[in-house]
Amino acid sequence: MPETPADRLRRSLRHPSRGQAVVAVLVGLLIFAAVTQVRLYSAGNAYSGLRQSDLVQALNGLQAASTRANSEIRKLTKTRNQLRNSSEKRTAALVQANRELKTLGILAGTAPAVGPGIEIVVDDTKGEYQVNHLLDGIEELRDAGAEAISINHRVRVVAQSWFEDADNGIEVDGQIVTAPYTIDVIGDPDTLSKALDFPGGFKDDVSLDHGTTAVKKLKKINIDAVREATTPRFAQPSTPAE
Amino acid sequence: MIAILGMIVGLVAGLVFQPDVPLWLEPYLPIAVVAAMDAVFGALRAFFDGIFSDKVFVVSFVGNVLIAALIVFIGDKLGVGAQLSTGVIVVLGIRIFTNVAAIRRHIFHA
Repeated sequence: MPETPADRLRRSLRHPSRGQAVVAVLVGLLIFAAVTQVRLYSAGNAYSGLRQSDLVQALNGLQAASTRANSEIRKLTKTRNQLRNSSEKRTAALVQANRELKTLGILAGTAPAVGPGIEIVVDDTKGEYQVNHLLDGIEELRDAGAEAISINHRVRVVAQSWFEDADNGIEVDGQIVTAPYTIDVIGDPDTLSKALDFPGGFKDDVSLDHGTTAVKKLKKINIDAVREATTPRFAQPSTPAE
Repeated sequence: MIAILGMIVGLVAGLVFQPDVPLWLEPYLPIAVVAAMDAVFGALRAFFDGIFSDKVFVVSFVGNVLIAALIVFIGDKLGVGAQLSTGVIVVLGIRIFTNVAAIRRHIFHA
């Protein structure tokens, strides 16, 4: 009866032979090499098992990628510099514009102002104070360097301001102001107060109209009265002729 | 019996010693392992066929490993090492599948 494979397996398990020892050695060698290879591969270094040509190819790929990245960096840096430049210019222009806005706001009376100045109180109990005397007085104050003027803390006097007689006071820019008139002026206090004193000036005009003048020099005077900015209907900005 | 013992010894030795593979051997080691596996499965098949001979096994084992390594070496010299090692792996894989199929027929009669 021929041996079946199962019989053979059983017999060889029971009776070790020289051939089996050789097989054992070679199988052991194979497993040893396999384990080493597995460990080597899983040890991580992805490039360690590669051939020279593969490495050269990988290196070329990396170099190309690096070149691409570098050119991208250059492009982006250029764009960033351009943007930063333009944003700096814009910021500078904005700062300049803001400064001009403040200055012009004080001149046009659209912004409140604060600074040293004088407070003039004209008490006109008899109601005889004339408009053109007030106007003269304001002109003299401007002459003395007044930078911002308000009357009775209500009306800001600017370049467009107009004055008119009214029944119980004076109409300034459409608003009636009544006695006593408080005129707040920002400017050099000494110069301003001197400007009121000279013969035929502000004070003389007031006493001619049977009123009294009180002048206070102040280190800090607030002018909170503002006026609406008006858009000119006829005058257009024009570029100055070169 | 002793073969299984040798397998265990090889496994433990590989894990314990953690040998450093020389650089020149690194590309050939995986190929050699697959070639040796082919020899082992061939031997197992021969054993079940009743024609196993330890001399043939040793020769085929060493020969397989050497030829596989030689093919890859020549491929490296010719600049087609990667492709040739793929080819060797494919051929050996097919042989392993054939041998395993024969073994399976012996064991399960199917």
